[in-house]
Amino acid sequence: MRKLLGFFKSYRLQATAAPLFKFMEATLELIVPLIISSIIDTGIAARDTGFIVSRGLILVLFAVVGFALSATAQYFSARSAIGVCASVRQALFDKIQRFDFTRLDETGASTLETRLTSDVNALETGINLTLRLLLRSPFVVFGAMIVAFTIDAKCALIFALVIAVLLAIVFLILFASVPRHTLVQRELDSITRAARENLAGVRVIRAFGLEESEKAEFSERSARLEKRQLAVGRISAKLNPATLVAVNIAAIILIYSGALRVDGGVLTQGKVVALYNLLAQILVELVKTATLVITLSRSAASLKRINAVLDSPEGEKGGGAIPKNDAPRGRIEFKNVGFTYKNAGAPSLCDISFVAESGQKIGVIGGTGSGKSTLAGLIAGFYYATDGEVLIDGVNVREFDSEALTERVSVVPQRAALIEGSIRTNLLMGKKDANDAELIKALETAQAAEFVNRLENGLDASVVRGGANFSGGQKQRLSIARALVKPSEILILDDSMSALDHATDAKLRRVLDEQTEKRTLVMITQRAVSIMDADLIIVLDEGQCVGMGRHNELLDSCRVYREIYEMQTGGEGVLPA
Amino acid sequence: MKKANNAAAGSSSEVLKKLLIRLKDQRALAALSLIAAFVSVALSLVIPVLVGRGIDCIVGEGSVDFEKLTPYLVMIGICALISALANYLMGRVNNRITYHCVRRIRTEAFERIQHKPLSALDGRAIGDTVSRLITDTDQLADGLLLGFSQLFTGVLAILGTLAFMLSVSPIITLAVVLLSPLSIVVAGFISKRSYLSFKARTEARGENTALIDEFVGEQKLIRAFKYEAEARKRFSESNEHLAACSVKATFLSSLTNPSTRFANSIIYASVAVLGALSVIGTVGGGLTVGGLSAFLSYANQYTKPFNEISGVIAELQGALAGAQRLFELIEAPVETEPKEDELNPEDGSVRFDSVAFSYDKKSELIKDFSLDVKNGMRVAIVGPTGCGKTTLINLIMRFYEQDGGIIIFGGADTRRMKRSTLRSKIGMVLQQTWLKTSTVRDNIAMGDPDASFEEIVDAAKKAHAHGFIMRLENGYDTVVGDEGGALSEGQKQLICIARAMLAKPDVLILDEATSSIDTRTEMLVQDAMLSLMKGRTSFVVAHRLSTVRGADVILVMDSGRVIEKGRHDELISKGGFYKRLYETQFAHRDA
Repeated sequence: MRKLLGFFKSYRLQATAAPLFKFMEATLELIVPLIISSIIDTGIAARDTGFIVSRGLILVLFAVVGFALSATAQYFSARSAIGVCASVRQALFDKIQRFDFTRLDETGASTLETRLTSDVNALETGINLTLRLLLRSPFVVFGAMIVAFTIDAKCALIFALVIAVLLAIVFLILFASVPRHTLVQRELDSITRAARENLAGVRVIRAFGLEESEKAEFSERSARLEKRQLAVGRISAKLNPATLVAVNIAAIILIYSGALRVDGGVLTQGKVVALYNLLAQILVELVKTATLVITLSRSAASLKRINAVLDSPEGEKGGGAIPKNDAPRGRIEFKNVGFTYKNAGAPSLCDISFVAESGQKIGVIGGTGSGKSTLAGLIAGFYYATDGEVLIDGVNVREFDSEALTERVSVVPQRAALIEGSIRTNLLMGKKDANDAELIKALETAQAAEFVNRLENGLDASVVRGGANFSGGQKQRLSIARALVKPSEILILDDSMSALDHATDAKLRRVLDEQTEKRTLVMITQRAVSIMDADLIIVLDEGQCVGMGRHNELLDSCRVYREIYEMQTGGEGVLPA
Repeated sequence: MKKANNAAAGSSSEVLKKLLIRLKDQRALAALSLIAAFVSVALSLVIPVLVGRGIDCIVGEGSVDFEKLTPYLVMIGICALISALANYLMGRVNNRITYHCVRRIRTEAFERIQHKPLSALDGRAIGDTVSRLITDTDQLADGLLLGFSQLFTGVLAILGTLAFMLSVSPIITLAVVLLSPLSIVVAGFISKRSYLSFKARTEARGENTALIDEFVGEQKLIRAFKYEAEARKRFSESNEHLAACSVKATFLSSLTNPSTRFANSIIYASVAVLGALSVIGTVGGGLTVGGLSAFLSYANQYTKPFNEISGVIAELQGALAGAQRLFELIEAPVETEPKEDELNPEDGSVRFDSVAFSYDKKSELIKDFSLDVKNGMRVAIVGPTGCGKTTLINLIMRFYEQDGGIIIFGGADTRRMKRSTLRSKIGMVLQQTWLKTSTVRDNIAMGDPDASFEEIVDAAKKAHAHGFIMRLENGYDTVVGDEGGALSEGQKQLICIARAMLAKPDVLILDEATSSIDTRTEMLVQDAMLSLMKGRTSFVVAHRLSTVRGADVILVMDSGRVIEKGRHDELISKGGFYKRLYETQFAHRDA
């Protein structure tokens, strides 16, 4: 909460003005019953037409002023709620950009996106409603009570009682329904999942003739949902009747005790009418407040989730070290490196040691979950080794200045991702001032020039969100080109050619070898043919290095490597021909 | 525009009719709801009059008529109590009608889906169908509920209020009726304005969300290319734009309440003045102070139903639109079936006789395709990605119907038996594994719901799945599923193989799985598939050279067509498409 107040700093004026104007409007509204009462007691009693009309004009004036006041309040309220939430959104975004990769993995993109979108929106609604209504309704309720006290203290006690009883009824009913609403929501989620699953598995379901059992199951779920919905309905159906009864009982008591006091000469008829009107006002505001509280409880939950992100640790940052000028450029050294992902039971990499000299080609091969991508992440400084050390150009990546390290290492990730914009904006991500010749050369190397040339706008062809207007293979080639534009000593290709056909794959690798002679190339793959010519091949299996050497050596010495190779190239021994 | 409106109106009355048909057996409840609504509204309208009468008994010091007052107070109590009970009854009944009706429609839609031709399902995103099945029905429920509980009571309240006001003072009633359009006009004016700015805000929000989706989702990419500053700049711009649009939309829409309150206040002031003048006899005449009080209560509430009704109508329109989408789903044709099997398959032989087929009836895909697969033969289907290998599977399984020719299964025309009969003879393992969110045991048992646990375990053992299943937390009772399951892709595949194993089919359809499985599991899968194929006619979508070499027939497909067929050696020596495919796709050694 205190954190949220910090965001209000630049909106202090608007945030104070909004409820202030609301108060003024509410005050006018509270005076209205008094004016009516004076019309009855003075105007009607004295049969004074002028008095009645003049009071009527005051009421019209109140309407006009009230409208102006509340419109102003709405404006300030919208301004401050939205302004505050825009700052919150920006702060969240900035915070996420400072998260390290472990934190990003831990939280997950979809959670963070929900925080930035629906949670911030819910907060906006919450602040807006608080400024506009939450401060107003209690003010009206208690204001009405105070006015009632000025009219007649004894009758006002009835008000106090009514307020207490109504509050209890409304909140009891609403809060009893909240957990049942959650149950309905959960049932709805589960029926949605079941429907989705049924549609996704339609072929299997029909192949095995399971239509009837699926129908029976769905019908059962629907019945359960109906039961839950009815349970909620049973409770919320009580709200209206209960308040109706409570208010009318109060009215009866009010009129009767009012009658006694009028008879005794303490009150007038007009004042009894005024009290009755005040009672009606209280009822309206109380019901409003109650529904508002429910909405606000949702906003409060959102605020909590937002704060959880804002308060969470950002994770490790690199040091400020930069390699000496005479140090080799593009050298990778692993010294007994081990890595365990946070909260993971088993290490993803164990005791890996190797050296890649500048300009060498390193191949990394293994099945899914063997730790290949982890190895790439350790070189790029996305993660820091939990055991041993990773040295780039002689400097431990943990101490490496993170900006300088990013400049030295380029990674083409496993999943080719493009950002919305054009081919050019994507290629320029790694080097803002690259000229067209550089871009075209990178495209040529990545075997992407041909299809880019065929596009109507060439380099300026648009890339829609997620790169959906390109095929998987095209996206992979563009993302390789993007990494080539970035001038770095180390280039890591993390299984980034899987969607290419074999001919293009072979051609790309050949040109890549020629073009990247000076760069250290780390080629991570599941295809043995892609790395047969590497200076060093590292074979990973479940995080362990089970073989290291050149292709021919490994064929002799490493069973896993041999299996992979044979399976992919001839299938001798797997399936009898 | 006008035409479109008419069309929509026409169909929405049709939709309403269809809804009413489904509500038929709820007639008694609906009548009860209407009666309860009438009682509740009528009595709640009587209360202000009774209060007014009561106040008239309180004239001044020493002149309060308690004898007359007390019965009024008792009547207020009775009215309130009965009105409240009727209101509660109405709420319960409405809930029952609505949720029951919606459940019925939802189940009906789901059941129809189970018998729809796959061509109708494949052409539509799953999300869309799910949203019809769940979201639209939900909206229908909300709309119906609101319609039942507020539309009728709203209309009743307006009519009742007018009637009561007329009975008390026609002149003041006239003033109220003349002024009441004020609030409607003002509300309409604002909602039109705010609709436009809401649209602008929705667009801005959409853009902002898309940016968030991209920059947060691809945060690692942004980091790898030091794109943070640029990303922040683009986000800030979008964020500020969104804020500007939001302020406008929120402010305009939040003017609705003050405006209707303003209109209400004007009406209230007029009633107060005219009423008071009527009491003293200047205008009309005959009103009492109590009558004035009743009038003021009415004036306070009078415009409320108007606002409510306009809200209900909007909600109802949404509900009807949803219902229309639902009925579209329900009414789309389902597959026709012979009631009984006219013929029964004898063995696992499959013969295609000049079969023609296309998805899009404009261009023919498979034409005059004939193939004779003897019992126990192995057919390999090969071709580049997206060549339409699944088309053949679709035809064999009768997921789709051929346009011409016949398919003979085990000596019988497939169209002369029930689909379920045909499918019970075929086991299928697709590359895209599908597990139901349920236990491992249930998932395997899908192959044969009557199988004993021993048989299930036996099938799992043959499929090399028993070992890892036993290592799962609850063994065969572990709940697995497509979402967030603890199983790897390869393990899922093994369970699917066990499922097919349990079904003991005559014919097998297999899709050799590929890249996403690690080498070890892949070998297990291969081995399991081999033992599954033993002695059975099988159609294999092949990715492995060895499978192709060992096949009795290879079907080579490209762009949806079968372009070559024969044995490996024959096709190689033919030197056609297969040879080229073989060289690029299978012969890595030369790459």
